[in-house]
Amino acid sequence: MRNTQRTEKIAFFLMAAATLIIVTPVVIILFIVLFYGLPGLTWEFISANPREGMRAGGIYPAIIGTLLLTLGTALFSIPLGILAAIYLNEYARKNWLTRLVELAIINLAGVPSIVYGLFGLGLFVTFLGFGASLLAGSATLAIMTLPVIITATREALSAVPQAFREVSFSLGASRWQTVRGVVLPNAIPGILTGTILGLSRAAGETAPILFTVAAFYLPRLPQSIYDQAMVLPYHIYVLSTQVPNVSPRIQYGTVLVLVGLVFILNITAAVIRARFRRRKTW
Amino acid sequence: MVAQKIQITDLSVYYGENKVVKDIKLQVQANEILSIIGPSNSGKTSFLRTLNRMNELYPNSRTTGEVRLDGRDIFKEIDKHLLRKRIGIVFALPLPLPLSIFDNIAYGPRLHGIKDKKKLVETVERSLRAAALWDEVKDRLMVNAFKLSGGQQQRLCIARTLAVEPEVILYDEPCSGLDPISTLKVEEAMRELKKNYTQILVTNNVKQAARVSDRTAFFLMGELIEIGETKDIFTRPVDKRTDDYVTGRFG
Amino acid sequence: MKKAFEFFIEKAIFVSGAASIIFVILIFIFLLREGMLLFSEVPIQKFLFGINWLPISDPPQFGILPLILGSLWVTFGAILIAVPLGVAAAIYVAEVAPGWMRGILKSGIELLAAIPSIVLGFIGVVFLSPLLKNLFHLPSGLTALAGSIMLAFMAMPTIVSIIEDSIVSVPKSYKEGSLALGATHWQTIYRVTLPAAASGILAAVMLGIGRVIGETMAVLMVTGNAAILPTSILQPVRTLTATIAAEMGEAVAGSSHYYALFAIGIVLFIISFVINLAADILLHKK
Repeated sequence: MRNTQRTEKIAFFLMAAATLIIVTPVVIILFIVLFYGLPGLTWEFISANPREGMRAGGIYPAIIGTLLLTLGTALFSIPLGILAAIYLNEYARKNWLTRLVELAIINLAGVPSIVYGLFGLGLFVTFLGFGASLLAGSATLAIMTLPVIITATREALSAVPQAFREVSFSLGASRWQTVRGVVLPNAIPGILTGTILGLSRAAGETAPILFTVAAFYLPRLPQSIYDQAMVLPYHIYVLSTQVPNVSPRIQYGTVLVLVGLVFILNITAAVIRARFRRRKTW
Repeated sequence: MVAQKIQITDLSVYYGENKVVKDIKLQVQANEILSIIGPSNSGKTSFLRTLNRMNELYPNSRTTGEVRLDGRDIFKEIDKHLLRKRIGIVFALPLPLPLSIFDNIAYGPRLHGIKDKKKLVETVERSLRAAALWDEVKDRLMVNAFKLSGGQQQRLCIARTLAVEPEVILYDEPCSGLDPISTLKVEEAMRELKKNYTQILVTNNVKQAARVSDRTAFFLMGELIEIGETKDIFTRPVDKRTDDYVTGRFG
Repeated sequence: MKKAFEFFIEKAIFVSGAASIIFVILIFIFLLREGMLLFSEVPIQKFLFGINWLPISDPPQFGILPLILGSLWVTFGAILIAVPLGVAAAIYVAEVAPGWMRGILKSGIELLAAIPSIVLGFIGVVFLSPLLKNLFHLPSGLTALAGSIMLAFMAMPTIVSIIEDSIVSVPKSYKEGSLALGATHWQTIYRVTLPAAASGILAAVMLGIGRVIGETMAVLMVTGNAAILPTSILQPVRTLTATIAAEMGEAVAGSSHYYALFAIGIVLFIISFVINLAADILLHKK
């Protein structure tokens, strides 16, 4: 008996070690980014244009570009994603067509981000003639984010008890009236959470925007949706591989801003999730 | 000649290959309380839910036969949403929506286009009074419906059904989760509602059927075995199986 | 008026439902549109199995075998690191860790998943590759190993969460039955729980592979850029994904180089399609 107990202790120790190996670097990375990046986070950094070939000044255009791009992605992907999820959860029957749609979503979720970049280049930039632009970049990122939004919305919809729908139907409601009156209102927190998480992923993506919107340097902010934009993820790439002798403060500062943005979104989603769980009456 | 509110002819209900309701033929009279008794799995609930086409929510259910409401075929001549407004249902478990008491009751009327605030307030009060709940909740209409007790929630569900002004009310074992006092209050509400509504009550509790209904139908394994005046069914039933069931020899 | 709105919204719902299928087809079509043009100049076998990727030499050579092997090499290394660690961590979080710790650990792993890959690539460039360079006395730390390590960390959240879900959904009765027979917790885990969760573990590995093969920026930044056949993990390599990212900027639209990069895109699309299909079948095989 003592042998098996010793084996167990060793096994559990190794497993704890493995978990530690996975989780510790996260903490370390965050610490490093904060430590080296915080000093660079001056007001000028956030609000000014880059100067001297990115070696000085700020990253304002990249911040604005990322915000605009994320907004565009949201505009395209959220309505489409929510409606598609409503279709799957509330209207679709369990037949081969539905299964095909589900497979398509899984497929979309698994397509490599660079392939999305090629797709965006082929369809939006070239074929539709938008050129490298906020429009092309948003559309590309929107299709990439679609599976995340559909999946999260679907989960939120299916968490609404079937009993509520039955009550609504029994009072003479049509399917859409039931969705609007009883299902959607109770799924909104889950939908919000999933959507925000999906957008935070989109904000951090580099590969899909390389050829669809990202600009190395622009003297002014984009004036229309047909303009290119500077964006944070590409800026980090540029600062760490394309431009020599950039001070670490600028590099880490940019990383910190992106990580900060992503984390604010993630925490917002987590807070929404927690508050909803507490206030749920059913 | 008593008015026939609902005429059912050769009604059968299938779930997949399973025939759970077998060739039912019966009439429901206007303003009566008809109770349907029988052991579990005798098809009572499936039968009930066919009357307002709620069984169509289950994709593998199929119905054959004819049901007429005031002479019109409910499958072919009446829109199913309108049908459900005319025939309401109260489920076995209290099922409030996660809304205030007021919004629960107003949900139905709002579906059917009633937006005028005054009219809604009137409807809510009228329905709550008819369900014998008004006095208990009149001061807290904005409270979440889940805060009510089980018996109150069930009467809320009755009020909610009444708010769309149906003609027929179906009850699917409405008191199964309730204590005796709440049960009596629900039964009291049902008697009051007789004046204006036709009611069909599915119940596992034969004593409730005896207390409350005018006529009783006995279902066994999907078939209608016997139907008649409640006192006849309970004192001198025609079929031996009915007799065995109401005297408790099985069930 | 209301009826009209309801009519239109329901039409919109049905169209949106079909949207995913439409987009998958569109992606494939637009990849083919440009990629197929390569095969009028270069036969498919030469593309897939050619050992020289020299797109800008004269005449250009478009053999992607070194790139395929680069991707496989780096992926294999990443999975080798990520799966044992991931399985161990998943078991720990699902079965062993005390309740209060579970939440913290899960948050930590979710945090890892939230870090954008460009940031991990950046960390890889400024920390990991100098470290490897010094540790192994290499001319440069930009190697397949660096790529594998970074990718392992990117894949681990996916692997851990899927395996954890599989472990948690093993019926309690299995575990209780084993414990009732006198087995220790650990014995129960490796004799009963893990085999029961096997298809979930396999699916997690496949999805991990899919995640890793498709990663671009981090590998681009840390694996060096040599499109050669890898013989050791301490050498630089080039993956399929990094190639597209690195060279598309210079490829002239309409040139064979341009088509070749799209053709690589087709290969990646097909690979990820197959992997995700297989993983989904495994996950649904309850």
